[in-house]
Amino acid sequence: MSEELTKEEYINETLKNSHVSLTQERVLKALESDDVQVQFADSLDNQLVLNMGPQHPATHGVLQLVVSLDGETVAGCVPVLGYLHRGYEKLAENMTFHEFIPHTDRLDYLSPPANNVGYVLAIEKLLKIEATPRTQWIRMICCEMARIASHCVWMGTMAMDVGALTVFLWTFNEREKILDILDILTGVRFTTSYTRIGGLYLDMSDEVIAKLKKFFDDFVPKLDEARALIERNKIFINRCEGVGYISKEDAVSLGLTGPNLRAAGIPNDLRVDNPYLNYTEVDFDIPTLTESDVLARYYVRVKEMYESIKILRQCLQKLPNGPINAPIPKDVLPEKVEVYTKMEELIFDFMVINFGTAPVKGDEAYQAIESSKGELGFYAISDGKGYPYRLKIRSPSMVAISALPTMLKGTMISDVVAIIGSIDPVMGEADK
Amino acid sequence: MTEITDKIKEKLSESGGFTGVIFTENINDPMIDVPKERLLEIIKILKDEFNFDQLRDIVSVDRFTKNERFECIYNLYSLSNKFRIFVKVKLNSKNPEVESLTPLYMSADWAEREAWDMMGIKFLNHPDLRRLYMMEEYEYHPLRKDYPLMGLPGAVTLPKK
Repeated sequence: MSEELTKEEYINETLKNSHVSLTQERVLKALESDDVQVQFADSLDNQLVLNMGPQHPATHGVLQLVVSLDGETVAGCVPVLGYLHRGYEKLAENMTFHEFIPHTDRLDYLSPPANNVGYVLAIEKLLKIEATPRTQWIRMICCEMARIASHCVWMGTMAMDVGALTVFLWTFNEREKILDILDILTGVRFTTSYTRIGGLYLDMSDEVIAKLKKFFDDFVPKLDEARALIERNKIFINRCEGVGYISKEDAVSLGLTGPNLRAAGIPNDLRVDNPYLNYTEVDFDIPTLTESDVLARYYVRVKEMYESIKILRQCLQKLPNGPINAPIPKDVLPEKVEVYTKMEELIFDFMVINFGTAPVKGDEAYQAIESSKGELGFYAISDGKGYPYRLKIRSPSMVAISALPTMLKGTMISDVVAIIGSIDPVMGEADK
Repeated sequence: MTEITDKIKEKLSESGGFTGVIFTENINDPMIDVPKERLLEIIKILKDEFNFDQLRDIVSVDRFTKNERFECIYNLYSLSNKFRIFVKVKLNSKNPEVESLTPLYMSADWAEREAWDMMGIKFLNHPDLRRLYMMEEYEYHPLRKDYPLMGLPGAVTLPKK
């Protein structure tokens, strides 16, 4: 790159050109005065600031990135959050524990059942109650179904970001089948609000089990087909391999969790390391890779889908019979049939709905689950009333986005969308 | 996992020169109350000697009491020991200030920005203490208990027609 030009050099350079534009003429005229002191930088030396989002389709929602470019290379990046900030932590302080369950659907809106389970587990820990065995197994099934659904969307959109459009349609087809099963199981396709404190909204019927079994058999070959579309595609590999590298030390220091951390070579999975529900009783692997680039993150998530199917099959085998709601009338909502026919249940229902379930004053509890994005944790503090004094949501997407400046530094501008796609951010969760 | 807690207790005992360090428990997880002057030093010991290599979250709490109104709860995780510990620090009511953990953990950057935005806790020596969610010209800290749920009228300046 050439150095900065002085005034005289600029005049000589411009006059050498065969054509002098009107603007240049005006500039030359102004320069004739001795009072004018200027330096002309080479335009290629300058850094360009490019604004991506918040309405850019490749930023997965309302994520805004202010990218500073040196030619085609990214020199720096500042993510801007808050376009989807709804203040859920404040809202939670003003409603009962039960009332907040529908709001958890809107956190990570690609895997609502997992959020429901995570929240309810935290509140149950705070209340020191435990759900029945059947409920625990059904919750595990919900979590894993949510993981597959979320990864299906991620796989499609991530492939779309690097130019492979077809995969999106194929994986969305599979996700639609999961949503159909959730429709029968929870009564809602998408924003499920399925769990209740100490129980569930509905029991799992035999129809769901039959549909799930059929889904397992169909899903694996379909996933193989979708993978075959891109995994041996040279364009896809070239756009992903070695792109968006983050070192192991940085990944740990940035607090990354979930697939992003496992792609960096650390086999950390809360399902195994700090088990919740019944994850100790099922057998599955934790896919871990060491390359820590976009392709590694892709493979970790794809392999996780197979592991989820493995877990789901074992869950259906081990699913016990029994009640779904724990027999703790002061904290758990009674069955609707009993509410309408028995006096005592009606009173408990009234108390739980109107005043909420009250933990011991001053108790604090933290429960985290391994959601599809990483560690989704809820820190709940009680002051002995029916609503939380403080509820802090630890959202994995926000932490993943905070790693973007490190990942993007020094990459090409066309790789930015691929890297955003690979960390799988969901803005509903990042912005809370 | 109680061995690690015991070792930490031994290290941070009064005979080791640490006064005011109290060991409590939130449900199922150990918690340490530390004086705010020694926070950075104690977290450095936890990171270097007990392998707490990730700061996963910072919980800021407004207790709404006259003294020591604010609290910060640091959520530390050890990848090698698969163990979680919470470190609690109590802050002044008027000027909640605490030393930033950014020299130790990169994740402290955004977590502290969130705590500043939502609760108004100032982190000293933080390289870039901007708001995380709200706009920069916003004057209030919405998660404080004296901030009304419906918001304050006129808090957001809207563009003129």
